[in-house]
Amino acid sequence: MTNPNGRFGIHGGQYIPESLMNAILELEEAYNYYKNDPGFNRELSELFNEYAGRPSRLYFAEKMSKDLGGAKIYLKREDLNHTGAHKINNVLGQALLAKKMGKTRLIAETGAGQHGVATATAAALMGMECVVFMGEEDTIRQALNVYRMRLLGAQVIPVKSGTATLKDAVSEAMREWSTRIHDTHYCLGSVMGPHPFPTIVRDFQAVISKEIKEQILQKEGRLPDAVLACVGGGSNAIGSFYHFIEDKDVQLIGCEAAGRGIDTFETAATISTGKVGIFHGMKSYFCQDQYGQIAPVYSISAGLDYPGVGPEHAYLYDIGRAQYVPVTDEEAVCAFEYLAKTEGIIPAIESAHAVAHALKLAPTMQKDQIIVITVSGRGDKDCAAIARYRGEDIHE
Amino acid sequence: MSKILSAFEDGKAFIAFITCGDPDLGTTAAAVRAAAENGADLIQLGIPFSDPTAEGPVIQQASIRALQGGVTTDKIFDFVKELRSTVQIPLVFTTYSNVVFSYGAERFLAACKEAEIDGLILPDLPFEEKEEFLPACRKYGVDLISMIAPSTEKRISMIAEAAEGFLYMTPGPAVPDTNSQIKTDPAHITEIIRRSTNIPCAISYDTATPEQVAEMAACCDGVIAVSAFVELLEKYGEDAPDHIGTYIQTIKTLLG
Repeated sequence: MTNPNGRFGIHGGQYIPESLMNAILELEEAYNYYKNDPGFNRELSELFNEYAGRPSRLYFAEKMSKDLGGAKIYLKREDLNHTGAHKINNVLGQALLAKKMGKTRLIAETGAGQHGVATATAAALMGMECVVFMGEEDTIRQALNVYRMRLLGAQVIPVKSGTATLKDAVSEAMREWSTRIHDTHYCLGSVMGPHPFPTIVRDFQAVISKEIKEQILQKEGRLPDAVLACVGGGSNAIGSFYHFIEDKDVQLIGCEAAGRGIDTFETAATISTGKVGIFHGMKSYFCQDQYGQIAPVYSISAGLDYPGVGPEHAYLYDIGRAQYVPVTDEEAVCAFEYLAKTEGIIPAIESAHAVAHALKLAPTMQKDQIIVITVSGRGDKDCAAIARYRGEDIHE
Repeated sequence: MSKILSAFEDGKAFIAFITCGDPDLGTTAAAVRAAAENGADLIQLGIPFSDPTAEGPVIQQASIRALQGGVTTDKIFDFVKELRSTVQIPLVFTTYSNVVFSYGAERFLAACKEAEIDGLILPDLPFEEKEEFLPACRKYGVDLISMIAPSTEKRISMIAEAAEGFLYMTPGPAVPDTNSQIKTDPAHITEIIRRSTNIPCAISYDTATPEQVAEMAACCDGVIAVSAFVELLEKYGEDAPDHIGTYIQTIKTLLG
């Protein structure tokens, strides 16, 4: 799917300052070596299984399926992983790779804080130094995760530049990396940025669809009709889609954060409202104005509050292999509450965007059809914010 | 011959960056005129971008001020056409790939030619992605300036061999990596460049005393003030042009 220059159709590439090229080329070379190294893969599988708690469950949501009266719904429980989200899959892979490359320090950007917590966790486990860049706005929205990262030994740097959210944290991490590449690996948290990141992160997250395929074949003896996942940068979604891309009968549906709606400026639905551009090292779809200035985006979910989308998603959209649908704050919050009450599972507000689309889609399908929703993370971190959304002020 | 070469004909060149529209285009025009009158050899006109990932806080803030002031790519093209009636020194645009891409490479470079812009610097366009804009640059006679950072000998040569206009060299990190093949010493980098090309090479600086600037210039053909003018504009606003003039005179005297 990737050509040698890291292109997915017209998307991808390496649009980065010359000062980062050596780091990127070194990473590409190391990854090409270790991805086929049996020792590396053995160590990574052991970390996945023994430390992160893989494989994650594929749970038949029977009550929800009955309630919606259509397709059978399965939940891929990435929320049950260690640190509470799919982010750990990528981070364990990159931290192990960084260690093999002789790096002693990990830096990362984080939006909701899930990727920061995962990176801090891997750094603690592997005895590496860790610095996490987080938009100042997000450090306030996700104070508990800031504390968690510090508890794990990481330094959290609030980013005040630009809109003080995820995109600015990415920019700041890139700036930091270019000044210190000899001992530092930038542990990018999504399938975005310059090649080889979109490929590396996808490969480490592809374990999700590999497991879904095995589990659904075992439980149902057939492939699902649709796989749903939320999309910010798109790492849990590409992980959920990857092993189904060749199975053309499986619908792949990415759920974007529409914020207050795609007809407003307060949205982060990149594919629905953006156009092709070049930013953060890649060509892809971005929310931007007519002069190419990156738009300030908005979503209730800090993890989806990003103005771009990974280049492989942009390509899957271009060729019509995957579809991308917008989901508003209100719909996501309703789905958050619905899954809690119906199945006793509190999903991350990010994941609730995928659940929300399933609430619309499932009733339109037959009872013998199957939907898999990836619950990318757990929602404990969001409870205070959702309470606020509903007009209730609680203190953590 | 590229007009950019004329900037390097009379001793070491002094090059400086200004963000267009910070705080407004009138002040930018006065600053560029003051720079040209006081001996600046080439000016980098920055088209502000919302997210300048390769820039430090000073330029980031200048970009925000300019965009908040309402400057756009179209307004900047009109501004440069007007500016050209009084300013003859080479001018190059410095911006980010998305600004050119969203305008349309063909349309952007055609407008550059019309405004007599001599070169284009895109900090997020490395050697590997040059083809994105190189054909349009060639078509309209605008030099696509290459940047060189501390790197391997092989990579420095590769970039130098294909370079046009001048080479923009950025200095190394504070802590060089002594164990790798990465060359960080500017004098050594220039030596490698010289084996591949004769086009001029200028080194950029952020914060440095005039004496340090003169010292840096020793190994190459010119110096590039990344933030000096922007800082003066931030500090003095409309009165900045006078301070810019004085600053250039100090540096030019030391450059000899």
